[in-house]
Amino acid sequence: MSHPPDPRQAAFAGRRTDGTAIQRPLSPHLQAYNMLEMSSGMSIAHRATGIAWSAGMVFLVWWLVALASGPRAFAQVQWFLSSFLGLLMLFGLTVVAWFKTLAGVRHLVWDAGYGYSLPAMVRSGQAVLIGTAVLTVLTWVLALMVWR
Amino acid sequence: MSAPNSMRTPLGRVRGLGSAKSGTHHWWMQRVTSLALLPLFLWFIFAMLSLAGAGYAEARAFLARPWNALLMLSLIGFSFHHIAGGLQVVIEDYVRPEKLRMLVILVVKGLSWAAAMISAFAVLRVAFT
Repeated sequence: MSHPPDPRQAAFAGRRTDGTAIQRPLSPHLQAYNMLEMSSGMSIAHRATGIAWSAGMVFLVWWLVALASGPRAFAQVQWFLSSFLGLLMLFGLTVVAWFKTLAGVRHLVWDAGYGYSLPAMVRSGQAVLIGTAVLTVLTWVLALMVWR
Repeated sequence: MSAPNSMRTPLGRVRGLGSAKSGTHHWWMQRVTSLALLPLFLWFIFAMLSLAGAGYAEARAFLARPWNALLMLSLIGFSFHHIAGGLQVVIEDYVRPEKLRMLVILVVKGLSWAAAMISAFAVLRVAFT
C-alpha cells in the first residue's frame, strides 16, 4: 500500500472461526459523513436521541420507585426535577422525545414505501425539525399553564 | 423470487431467515414496539402535564387508577423492549471485538430488564396498596 493506512483500521480487527486474524470493516462512523446534511444529520440525531432517551428513562424509574416508596422519597425526586438542573434536563428530554417520535414516524412512512425522493426527504426532515420545535414549546406552555 | 440456479436449499428459502438466522424479526419488533409507543407516548405527555407540580397523594391517586396503571405498565414494557433492541444495534455497529460486544449487549439487556421489572413493580405497588 502506497497511501498511509486509515487510522480507523485499528478498530477493524476480527478473527475467523479458525482463529486467524482478519480485518473487518466497522459501520461508517460520524467522521464519514457531513453532519449538516439533512440525510445524515437526521439519521445521526435519530440515533443520538434514542440513546439520550434511553438514559433519560432512569428518571422515570426513579420517579416511579419514589412514588411507590413514600412521601419522603417522592419529595426528593420532585425537588430534583423542579430544580434548575432538573427542569433543564426535562426540557432537553422533551426536545429529544418529540424529535425521536416525529423522526420515528418519518421512518415508519419510509418503511411503508413513501417519501424516498430527495426533495421529499428534505421536506419531511424540515417538517420533523419544525414539528419538534413547535410541539416542545407547546408542551411547556401547557405545562406552565397547568402547574400547581 | 430466487433464481432457479440459487445455491440456497428450498427449506432455507421457505424459512427466509438468511445467514444471521433471525431474518427480519429484530427489525420488525422495533417497528411493532414503535407503533405501540406512539399512542402511549401521547398519553405519557398528557399524564405528565396533568401531574405538573402535583403532590404525593395526588400523583399516587392518578397512577392508582386502573387505566393509568395499565397504560404505564404498557409504556414500560414497550419502551424497554424498544430501548434494548435499539441499543443492541448501536453496540453491534460500533463495539469490537466480538466478546466485548457480546458482553456489552448482555449488560444492556440485563439493565433494561431490571429497569422494566423495578418500574413495573413500583406501578403495581402503587395500584394495589
